[in-house]
Amino acid sequence: MPIPIYIAGAAETPLGKVTDQTELSMAAWAARAALAEAGMTLRDVDSLFTNYMPYVGADNGASRVGEYLGVHPRYADCSDLGGAAFECFIHHAMLALTAGRCECALIVYASRQRSRRSRPRHPEADEYSLTGQFDRPYGLLTPISQYALMAARHMYQYGTTSEQLARVAVSARKWAALNPKAWSRQPLTVDDVLTSPLISDPLHQLDCCLVTDGGGAIVVTTASRARDASKKPVRILGLGEAHAEYHVAQIADLTVTPGVDSARQAFAMAGVTASDVDLFEPYDNFTSAVISQLEDCGFCSKGEGGSFIQDGHTEPGGSLPTSTMGGGLSYCHPGALGLLLLIEAVCQLRGEAGARQVPGANLAVAHGVGGPAFSTCATVVLGRE
Amino acid sequence: MERTLCDPTHEAFWKAASSGVLVVQRCGSCGHHQFYGRPFCLRCDSDSVAWTPVGGGGTVYSVTRVRRSWIPDVEVPYTVAIVELDEGPRLITNIVNGEANIGDRVRVTWRQRQGLPPVPVFEPCAGR
Repeated sequence: MPIPIYIAGAAETPLGKVTDQTELSMAAWAARAALAEAGMTLRDVDSLFTNYMPYVGADNGASRVGEYLGVHPRYADCSDLGGAAFECFIHHAMLALTAGRCECALIVYASRQRSRRSRPRHPEADEYSLTGQFDRPYGLLTPISQYALMAARHMYQYGTTSEQLARVAVSARKWAALNPKAWSRQPLTVDDVLTSPLISDPLHQLDCCLVTDGGGAIVVTTASRARDASKKPVRILGLGEAHAEYHVAQIADLTVTPGVDSARQAFAMAGVTASDVDLFEPYDNFTSAVISQLEDCGFCSKGEGGSFIQDGHTEPGGSLPTSTMGGGLSYCHPGALGLLLLIEAVCQLRGEAGARQVPGANLAVAHGVGGPAFSTCATVVLGRE
Repeated sequence: MERTLCDPTHEAFWKAASSGVLVVQRCGSCGHHQFYGRPFCLRCDSDSVAWTPVGGGGTVYSVTRVRRSWIPDVEVPYTVAIVELDEGPRLITNIVNGEANIGDRVRVTWRQRQGLPPVPVFEPCAGR
């Protein structure tokens, strides 16, 4: 049985539009705030997990961020696993902590993609790469077109409708209305989504996530080091990650994601089932993606995600509160959303979520997705002790 | 004048494309077709894979109409599809000379490119 591992601190950076800071200073403030919750300072950090901060520099992210923070980690990970990296980092941190290689793991991320008016993209593949030869000549709008192809196939195979996709955005907006930090809080209707411009069929503009600044920090540590925490630590109960194809044409079944495997591993490790879960924080980069994640994490059967949404289960007061801060669709999407999913799950389990607090929240699931087409999925099950 | 693409593992693919022939790899041991190319068969591990012409027919596996684009020099709307060849492999492509829905039959045609070999695109089969 692995030793118990905890999230002892969690903090958002400023969100939305951040014009008075850099990515590094945002990450530093969030790191200090998260460490303070854990009863620690930067001098306690012995392992560092960060990535996907292209304005800081593409290579050696842990050294660049570590240098800025004055930290010399003895374990570091800056793997590019897309938006799911941060759920993967919880997994990797747990493995390093349980192996005794470190005691205080800091996970940080910050982005100003909105203020910089340029969404960072994956480095352009050259024309001799596989992507350059076989994808790029056809004008895929990465990742919108990949998700559109997956959504179109899901609709064809299971009768999922554009109205059901729109309900995902409406559900997220209802949660965002309860969160003063959410970027978009005004009421949203199914009609608003369906009449917004089509980008790549069947995805409309309002089926796509926000482009905002933001980020955060999380401290992962052992029971003994978590003892000094000023807030009640949240236990990491289960973890799973799964990696599949990068190029969308290579995926055998476009309606199934590697989340099936990551969720199964995480639930098995935690010894719980989907029906035990009090709230779900999926990676809502697109409305259709939430439907796939609800199905693949086992909250409903394959093909029933659309009607699950339509029945209101994910909304405030529903049986599975989902995207409870408003998600990437309405609260904040800073290019990589994974860390914010974990921070919201911690906030809910501590009972600090204010008007959007899920009553009696004991068990939460954060589910990260990375890559252009559900290439990576990672599931984290968190519990209140 | 066409430049040669600097991927030696796909030279045969682009050479065939230049003469209007679509090829994928076929395994001499188990008959499995695969695309893009690999050094050996992903199904049975045999090294005896060879680029082989396909019939050119396929079925639309999924499709999206792109209405807005940030890609320079590309006019919208256009249609991106995943086509499953009759031999099995799937590829990303465009649908040209009409529209096609998931499940529709399509056949290969070629789009010429300035200074680069043509790329396979697909058009609806007549009488659908």
